[in-house]
Amino acid sequence: MLVQVNGEAMELPSGATIAALIEQLTLTGKRLAVEVNEDIVPRSQHPQFTLNEGDRVEVVHAIGGG
Amino acid sequence: MTETPEIQLPEDKPLEIAGKVYQSRLLVGTGKYHDLMETGHAIEASGAEIVTVAVRRTNLGQNPDEPNLLDVISPESYTILPNTAGCYTAKDAVRTCKLARELLDGHDLVKLEVLGEHKTLYPNMPETLIAAEELIKDGFKVMVYCSDDPLLAMRLEEMGCVAIMPLGAPIGSGLGIQNRYNIRLIVENAKVPVLVDAGVGTASDATIAMELGCDGVLMNTAIAQAKDPIRMANAMRLAIESGREAYLAGRMPKKLYASASSPIDGTFF
Repeated sequence: MLVQVNGEAMELPSGATIAALIEQLTLTGKRLAVEVNEDIVPRSQHPQFTLNEGDRVEVVHAIGGG
Repeated sequence: MTETPEIQLPEDKPLEIAGKVYQSRLLVGTGKYHDLMETGHAIEASGAEIVTVAVRRTNLGQNPDEPNLLDVISPESYTILPNTAGCYTAKDAVRTCKLARELLDGHDLVKLEVLGEHKTLYPNMPETLIAAEELIKDGFKVMVYCSDDPLLAMRLEEMGCVAIMPLGAPIGSGLGIQNRYNIRLIVENAKVPVLVDAGVGTASDATIAMELGCDGVLMNTAIAQAKDPIRMANAMRLAIESGREAYLAGRMPKKLYASASSPIDGTFF
């Protein structure tokens, strides 16, 4: 299935979880926050939350800013 | 020889924001530094306890070992203040704050800034008011970047913002405090902390803000873009302390003409 991750199209196995996506991005254990279709998905739900075709996922972190 | 007792000045009441007490009245940003090491050193030299960060997309395919800002500026050592920089609508600002809260394990202190247009980065107050209302309703503690309008500042305080942060001059301009009278009026009216946010260029600007009675100053570019950011961070720390002391001491009145410091009595010529 095709999902949008940070604005880029990404092919994921059907039924993939957010935790699996984060692992595929080699970001496991990093301090980040995830939004699916503009709703926050709390970290505690990453292992269970399954993505669907066409989902828009945002993975964000903190960077320098004023 | 008798020992001179050390002069004890009455203690200042420390800065308190949303129920938390801070010894430093200087708040700093983490943008525009050469690298994370410089960021860390400058922040240490500034003595700041509250440090702003931005929330942005993670680079996909980045080196997994790349150091993260929050490894250098750890939430255990600093109060992290996520901003909504780059947001031009209330909706984007609220979304950013929710992501920040998730990112920081439920930490709900945010710096709300909704911008109006690219050239001046001047605050968009109608959208700021909408966002502030929604965020406060959702349990956020909102420190709000705003125009230096005393009435809007009062309105934001009434809504429940925990700190009012008028700009001294446009973000990153380094022009210094452009409307001292408005800043003073905002300070006089406010019961929550007032911090000048944006516009400081050098140490004297920060001192002026503090002499006007501000509770603190938030700055980024003035330190990060100095030739020696670490030294400037130290200068700003001293400037904030000096300005605060001068405010507490109460300055002499300004006069148009001279008034001799040495007595006229006893002159022999």
